[in-house]
Amino acid sequence: MRIKNILENYLFITPAVLIFAIFYIIPFIYVFRLGFYDWDGIVPLKDAVFVGFANFKEMLFQDPSWWQAMRNAGWVTIIALIFQNAIAFLLAWACDREIKMKNFYRVIFFIPPVLSEIVVGMVWRFIINDVEGANMINRMLTAIGLPNLVHSWLNDPNTALTTVAIVHSWKGFGWGFLIFLAGLQAIPSELYEAAHIDGANAWRSFKNITVPLMMPVIILVSILTVLGTMQAFVLIIGLVGGEFAGHTSVPVLRILAVMRDSSRFGYACAQGISFGTILVIISFIQYRFSKERQPKTA
Amino acid sequence: MLSEGKRFHILSVFIIPVLFLLSLSAGCSPANKSNAKTTITIWHWMTDREPAFQELAKRYEAQTGIKVNFELYAPSDIYSQKVRAAAQGANLPDIFGILGEKRDFASFVKAGYVLALEPYMEENSASWKNDFFPEALAVNEFAQGNSYAVTPGIYAVPIDIMTIQMLYNKDLFKQLGLNPDRPPRTFVELLDIGKKISSTNRGGSAMDYGGKAANMQGMVSGWGDIWMIDCFANNYALNIMGKDKVIATIKGQVPYTDPDWIKVFALFKQMQDSGVFARGLVTMINKTAEQLFANDKAVFAFNGSWGVNVYHGMNPKLNYGVMLPPKASDIYPMAIWGGAGSSFMVNARSKNKEEAVKFLRWLTDRDQQAYLVEATNNLPANKNCLSLAPELLAQFSKGMDNATHPNAWEVWEASTVIEARDKGIQSIIIGEKTPEQVASEVQKVKVRELAKKR
Repeated sequence: MRIKNILENYLFITPAVLIFAIFYIIPFIYVFRLGFYDWDGIVPLKDAVFVGFANFKEMLFQDPSWWQAMRNAGWVTIIALIFQNAIAFLLAWACDREIKMKNFYRVIFFIPPVLSEIVVGMVWRFIINDVEGANMINRMLTAIGLPNLVHSWLNDPNTALTTVAIVHSWKGFGWGFLIFLAGLQAIPSELYEAAHIDGANAWRSFKNITVPLMMPVIILVSILTVLGTMQAFVLIIGLVGGEFAGHTSVPVLRILAVMRDSSRFGYACAQGISFGTILVIISFIQYRFSKERQPKTA
Repeated sequence: MLSEGKRFHILSVFIIPVLFLLSLSAGCSPANKSNAKTTITIWHWMTDREPAFQELAKRYEAQTGIKVNFELYAPSDIYSQKVRAAAQGANLPDIFGILGEKRDFASFVKAGYVLALEPYMEENSASWKNDFFPEALAVNEFAQGNSYAVTPGIYAVPIDIMTIQMLYNKDLFKQLGLNPDRPPRTFVELLDIGKKISSTNRGGSAMDYGGKAANMQGMVSGWGDIWMIDCFANNYALNIMGKDKVIATIKGQVPYTDPDWIKVFALFKQMQDSGVFARGLVTMINKTAEQLFANDKAVFAFNGSWGVNVYHGMNPKLNYGVMLPPKASDIYPMAIWGGAGSSFMVNARSKNKEEAVKFLRWLTDRDQQAYLVEATNNLPANKNCLSLAPELLAQFSKGMDNATHPNAWEVWEASTVIEARDKGIQSIIIGEKTPEQVASEVQKVKVRELAKKR
């Protein structure tokens, strides 16, 4: 009877496992395998040249553009982690309170994430760009008496990446907002009432109740932010047209360029696998960190 | 015994995934199963030519009874990946195009996906071959002893030709006090015009910071996408050092630190400093560049002959002329990129390959080419139809005498070197690196590539 139950359970999960294997595991293994070949994506794979770890070696030690892309993605991620998540948290905290039209704000704040990245990129390019766009940011700066801050934001290599990061944060904060809001609403109001009776002010309640109880949510949002930001590239194409002499290059754009412009599919697969591994490691570290920081409830 | 409900559950657990997989596999089946009537399937990426192709397909079917099925897959990036994937899955259509560099074309040929067309071209005293501009055939041909190790011959049929040149806005020329019928012929003249543009604008932008429209910009082009930079740089490399030395550089016999190459890189700095280039040129996509030029905001554009149709759509009153990039040296002629614009290949494994060749022959005949010129504003590949091209297109076609293309050369530069060169030029334009620094960096990449080959 027990064996029959076990078999039956396996029977039920077999289709899901099959689909998962066909569409996830096998392609992953295939891509991993391609990382060891010099292959242009055209000739049959049997004719591709096996190069061992040469692609990985080249990426690690001979390709400065890859590391520049990683650094750029890291910078955008840091800005997103701080700026995007701070805004998301503050807005969620504000909307969790009894304010007028809070449902309206909830909808408004969630509009940017549902917009297409390329559309957001093109629209912001139009808003910001001082050559072919409306140059609105500079006009606004001039109007409020700050003409010395007027700048060619997207065309200056010193500001292009940070501008990209800020637009990315604008586009992405809505996800964090929603998750933070759900987390805040799950905190029992009795805790705040008890703290209030004990004489805690708003800041102490926030520091000693909200932040500790929200820590798992903060970590979750941080993981999602890192994963989402490190892989962003469409927005960059919309904003600055591409890699801008390497200043707005990110790993996915590099992989695309290697695959599309250079027809080096094998090398692109090696980059993809390595990049995926890095993301998994970052997520794992954050997960471990979150487990350590989780409040002990029992 | 399993209950009926449980049995239903087990069945549904299996049936749904099986149906799901079957529905997916249905999409992977070849486009053409055996039909009683022959159908030629063609995959293309040319959105602007789709209606004209459909019309020609109707005419061909009316004349021959053979159905031609043009299938559009756009944008070109997606198309390119689709063709590669189809090649891997042995699902290529009867006729297709390859977008990419010559080495990609060579890989397709060597893998046996492309039919050799030389025998068909040579029939009847090469009457078909003689219809085409030699430059248009050159990019589809592999010469004897080519470095790709492809059996010599012609492997694709050009359906139109293109040249990439400079365009100038005649109305803005007048505003600058210049003769609108006399574009700059030397590099010094070009720099002088750049200075005039700068002094008119005092460094302003298309929309100035006060919100008033609109200062004129210098040259616009899609240099955010680096291949057009490569095209411009190649023009001047060929003008300054000649084709032999450029080829010698590709072969590794001349370094990129050679004074002639530094001279080429330095031209970009001079153009930037004098105001020839529009602001934000290195992040500009070609569509934006086309809009700026079409809306009388840019004095110059660097664009292909396909732009004639685009500008006409954006601003039919645009008053402009076509010019070769002004010469920086008198030793060698100015060269421009040109040759086959779009080409079609025949699937060597297609059961309809003979019919496919016949259709391509028909498509490049005078009548059909004349129709394509009229309907799509592209230069015909058939040289007998050139007289039918409208005035501006005819100006582009004059550049065919100066046209060349890396795809027509016997050797090819490594993509990593091309990327380093073009990104380096972007860095020069934004004032980040000197021509000497860029030359040295490109040479480092070149040395690495040469070492790999060894």
